[in-house]
Amino acid sequence: MRTSDSLRKTYGETLVELGEKNTDIVMLEADLGNSTMSSLFGNVYPERYFQMGIAEQNMASVAAGLSLTGKIPFINSFAVFASGRAYDQIRSSITIANLNVKICGSSAGLSDFGDGKTHQSIDDIALMQVLPHMTVLSPCDAVETEQMVKAMVETKGPMYIRINRNDLPVVTDPNSEYHIGKMTRVVEGSDVVVFATGIMVQQSMQAAKLLLEEGISVRVVNVSTIKPLDTEALLGFCEGVKAVVTAEEHSIIGGLGSTVAGALSKTRLPLDLIGVDDRYGTSAENYTILLKHYGLESEDVASRIRAILTV
Amino acid sequence: MEYSEELVRELKRKAIQVRANILEMIPPGKVGHLGGSTSIADVMAALYFHTMRINKNNPKDPGRDRLIMSKGHAVLVQYACLAELGYFDRSELGKVKTFAGILQGHPDMDKTPGIEAVTGSLGQGLSVSLGVALGLRLDKSDSRVYAILGDGELAEGQIWEAAMAAAVYKASNLTAVIDWNGVQATSTTAEIFPIANLVEKWRAFGWNVIEIDGHDMIQVLLALDAAKAYTQGPTAILAHTIKGKCFPFAEGKAKYHNAAMNEEEYTIAWQCIENMKREVEA
Ligand SMILES: Cc1ncc(C[n+]2csc(CCOP(=O)(O)OP(=O)(O)O)c2C)c(N)n1
Repeated sequence: MRTSDSLRKTYGETLVELGEKNTDIVMLEADLGNSTMSSLFGNVYPERYFQMGIAEQNMASVAAGLSLTGKIPFINSFAVFASGRAYDQIRSSITIANLNVKICGSSAGLSDFGDGKTHQSIDDIALMQVLPHMTVLSPCDAVETEQMVKAMVETKGPMYIRINRNDLPVVTDPNSEYHIGKMTRVVEGSDVVVFATGIMVQQSMQAAKLLLEEGISVRVVNVSTIKPLDTEALLGFCEGVKAVVTAEEHSIIGGLGSTVAGALSKTRLPLDLIGVDDRYGTSAENYTILLKHYGLESEDVASRIRAILTV
Repeated sequence: MEYSEELVRELKRKAIQVRANILEMIPPGKVGHLGGSTSIADVMAALYFHTMRINKNNPKDPGRDRLIMSKGHAVLVQYACLAELGYFDRSELGKVKTFAGILQGHPDMDKTPGIEAVTGSLGQGLSVSLGVALGLRLDKSDSRVYAILGDGELAEGQIWEAAMAAAVYKASNLTAVIDWNGVQATSTTAEIFPIANLVEKWRAFGWNVIEIDGHDMIQVLLALDAAKAYTQGPTAILAHTIKGKCFPFAEGKAKYHNAAMNEEEYTIAWQCIENMKREVEA
């Protein structure tokens, strides 16, 4: 059971819990176990925990080999390295063969605020979702992280989960049913729909609250499975609205926004993509400064919604 | 270890047949990786027809030994062995690299029975093999894993990541065979990217190292058995070979790394096969 609002701690704890019954689960780490929280698993199941050193490419291909023997390997690193450093290994060793390897991109987005641009992933969703067979998951809080990790173990196939480094308030319902591919309405509204993922779910919910006072009714949908995207549900949630907004802590090129835009191309609805404009991250003393700098705060979402309704 | 004359002769026959099957796959005009497939043909014959524990009636038998072509471009030699063992119909040989066939340009575990992984992007197969070896060990299986590497491929940094990791985990169920033919895609390794002190390097990375003539069947058998017997960690067999071995027009030449033979060369190649057949029975 979840013990905090930390997504990464919940990730580690959930795998410890699942690992007790499911002895096929194995974890691989590249010297960031105390950040990714894979170390929690290693403490309990040392024989199923493979410290691979700072060698992410080898780690990805070794995971492919482990899955060929029926294991369910989780490989862990920061999102930038997990997705980018081992890209061809993920492509060739894992996704072409459609192997049951789970990739944890930790400290995703701008959430590793102090470390700056080399450590902030604004491109991991793009890299991962373009790969055939790959599932791309982006939880918005610890509750969803727990549900997601359970589903990852139960569902075969290569998967990428992007996890925020910082504690986030719980916004999803622990009693709701979860399955991979599902998008969930978290705020009901009728003028605009916001499709948000990760931390942008809570930012969009706050924006909806702000706008309600101004008489603007905003529907917020949590898209925690970026791929495969449930286009039918997507179109369903667009019914009746005047405009569509997407919100993600990722480049607007190749992320959730681009994919939604493609799916909605025939609807002719006005569409605005909120995310990181084609640029890298930067260091800051806290997360809030970065969210403000890149226009990802609730006020930013609110003003973009106002703007799209007045065009 | 002693090997009967009959065993050695039989494996030499198999190696000839493997090379014949390779020729069958690439008739004149059809491009294929002749050089790197024939350089490792003797080792492959020893592995598939003697050393490895395999079950051709059940390619997924959990108790099988695994062979992963890290140098995936040379998959013709693996197809040649698998066809000989009956993993698929011989008629597939004529359809290699075609839309209708099951024999892809590079190893594809989904399309071809007997293929264990997806390779083709060089440098990854040793890591994949290590993962399989670690998984087998968790399952308390005594199956072994063989990774076939090119010497040019050793320029890939990931090979050395895997080499370090295999030593850390003392993966004694893993054997790497390095097809040390001294030629890569566009020229010799000496010219393209000479790697100094290869034997010492593998040793320094923590491996049991055996250096052999990769075309001497008895040396090949001895090395493979020594690797099996070694329990302290992984073994690297550095096999001195000749790229294009047995076909004089192709021997030692980068030109036949991935090329089509002309009619004349193809005729000569088949004559070489017939000559070898006669010699082995003499
Ligand atoms: C990552 C990667 N880079 C480049 C290639 C293209 N390539 C295929 S074979 C080859 C040469 C391989 O040389 P070597 O490993 O010595 O193999 P061999 O001579 O035994 O055929 C190259 C460069 C590739 N398949 N993968």
